[in-house]
Amino acid sequence: MKKILSVLIICLLSACASKTTQPTSELEDRTMGGGGMGASAQEGMRAGGGGFGMDPLRDPSNILSQRSIYFDFDNYTIKNEYRDLVLAHARYLRDNSNSKVLIQGNTDERGSREYNLALGQRRADSVKNAMLLSGARDHQLEAVSLGEEKPRAAGRDESSWTENRRADILYQGEY
Amino acid sequence: MQNYLHRASFYAFILFLSMMHTPLNAALNIEIFGGGATRIPIAIVPFSAESRLPQSVTTIVAADLARTGLFKIVESLGHTPHEPEEIVYADWQNQGASALVIGNTTTLPDGRIEVRFRLMDIAKQVQLTGFTSTVSADQLRAVAHRIADIIYEALTGDIGVFSTRIAYVLKQGTKYALQVADSDGHNAQSVIEYTEPIISPAWSPDGSKLAYVSFENKKPVVYVQELVTRNRKAVANFKGSNSAPAWSPDGSKLAVVLTMQGGSQIFLINADGSGVQRLTQSSGIDTEPSFSPDGRSIIFTSDRGGSPQIYRVAITGNQAGIAERLTFEGSYNVSPRFSPDGKSFAYIHRHGGRFNVAVQDFSRRQVQILTDSKFDESPSFAPNGKMILYATEIGGRGILSAVSSDGQTKQRLTSQAGDIREPVWGPLLKSQRTSKFIN
Repeated sequence: MKKILSVLIICLLSACASKTTQPTSELEDRTMGGGGMGASAQEGMRAGGGGFGMDPLRDPSNILSQRSIYFDFDNYTIKNEYRDLVLAHARYLRDNSNSKVLIQGNTDERGSREYNLALGQRRADSVKNAMLLSGARDHQLEAVSLGEEKPRAAGRDESSWTENRRADILYQGEY
Repeated sequence: MQNYLHRASFYAFILFLSMMHTPLNAALNIEIFGGGATRIPIAIVPFSAESRLPQSVTTIVAADLARTGLFKIVESLGHTPHEPEEIVYADWQNQGASALVIGNTTTLPDGRIEVRFRLMDIAKQVQLTGFTSTVSADQLRAVAHRIADIIYEALTGDIGVFSTRIAYVLKQGTKYALQVADSDGHNAQSVIEYTEPIISPAWSPDGSKLAYVSFENKKPVVYVQELVTRNRKAVANFKGSNSAPAWSPDGSKLAVVLTMQGGSQIFLINADGSGVQRLTQSSGIDTEPSFSPDGRSIIFTSDRGGSPQIYRVAITGNQAGIAERLTFEGSYNVSPRFSPDGKSFAYIHRHGGRFNVAVQDFSRRQVQILTDSKFDESPSFAPNGKMILYATEIGGRGILSAVSSDGQTKQRLTSQAGDIREPVWGPLLKSQRTSKFIN
């Protein structure tokens, strides 16, 4: 009974995909951890519109190719402009249950290294929690912090610090 | 003149070559600032046959003592006594010396060197202390540090820490090296080198191991590494981030910060990584634990009150009591470290955009800011509590500095190349306390 219900839910979730949808058994496989390129291609179509057949995670016209969420100084709330990005990744993970991501939080260089590590963790946790609320599952997500240790911008000015107050989403195989 | 310039540029070129050749082996030099008003005048006569040794012993002894700011090195006179009966006390008295160091070195047939030294009281014309030791040539620096320790103890009554070691992280280009060096910055050796960051080194209480955080797996993981065997083990590699290791005083446990249960919280683990138990329970950040010398409490950084401040919590078994806030001045107080006597703690205090080393005592809660630089980090007490080692910055580059715990003397340890951070002073070892005395 449970099985039938989950298959039903998955059918509903991927409702807009019709002709390219694979047989039910394969859909079931996917939730169990099998391959799942079909759903990702559909997600790509839906989210970005273009690049059919291209990996949506790498398609520049697809929102899924965007991986960085920027934060304000001493802050870890996700700004409105990044809601769609986080939502798109959460849905991708929901539809590709064998996909996993590492969310790396970063901070600017000012202050204690260990305290900054904890602040970076908060940023990564914010992204993780938003994804959990939007359909991704806990086992697909790992939130970690790089603190101030891996700055993307090396400068010691406000624009560099802005660049470094960031969380990055990395899919398995990308780290 | 031209010849001199020519030669100088040649040496500069050789120096440049040698720096190129050993990218992660930069020696540290030390500059001293300030100094107490009442310094002990001491004369140090080069030991007999010392000039034939690969390493001058008395030069290191003099540098060690001068670095504390407690001694004034008195110039040697024309005559150079090596035995007590050769000393003309009146001459040294006229030079203003109150103590005199003399000694001998003898190279034995097997290549080892016998070093004998005596510390003489000029006014009383008696020997205060002395020792003899037979060592190989590569142990001459160690012998010199031991001699300096013995002199320091005899003349100040405090424990000498010249024989201890320090650890720090050296960044050069894209490489990170965790290095261990003598307390004077010499003899630096890499424990591990990586192209990913290393932070938060922590000495085991017996000085045989270092715990640290490495990012080699694209996330922070806590490792413990044995210095002699170089064996290492990931002791905290849980889902999420693992960081801020601190040893319990008996070396059996580590306090670490884990995020596996959400948020950054302090846990206790056994030194081999087993037996994880949560210690703090807050919805905020709890990090940077430091054990009290008796192991009964820890101090740590927490933002549970809105800004990062330092808290203390008692530990009974593996249970933590109610946390008590210790710092109230300013909106950013981080990186606390217990003093070796447990009576005070050092930390980083931010005020007016500056990050400085401060000390606060537990009984009176009095705060003393010890430094006036811009970006100080990672304070760490010397095992005798007299100095605090910390990282600071000059020209965008990290360097090591030390300040006496009364703020009187500052010394700067600089390296020719690279960016130095995360210094931590190693423990006093029992083996360093044994020496053969001569009368």
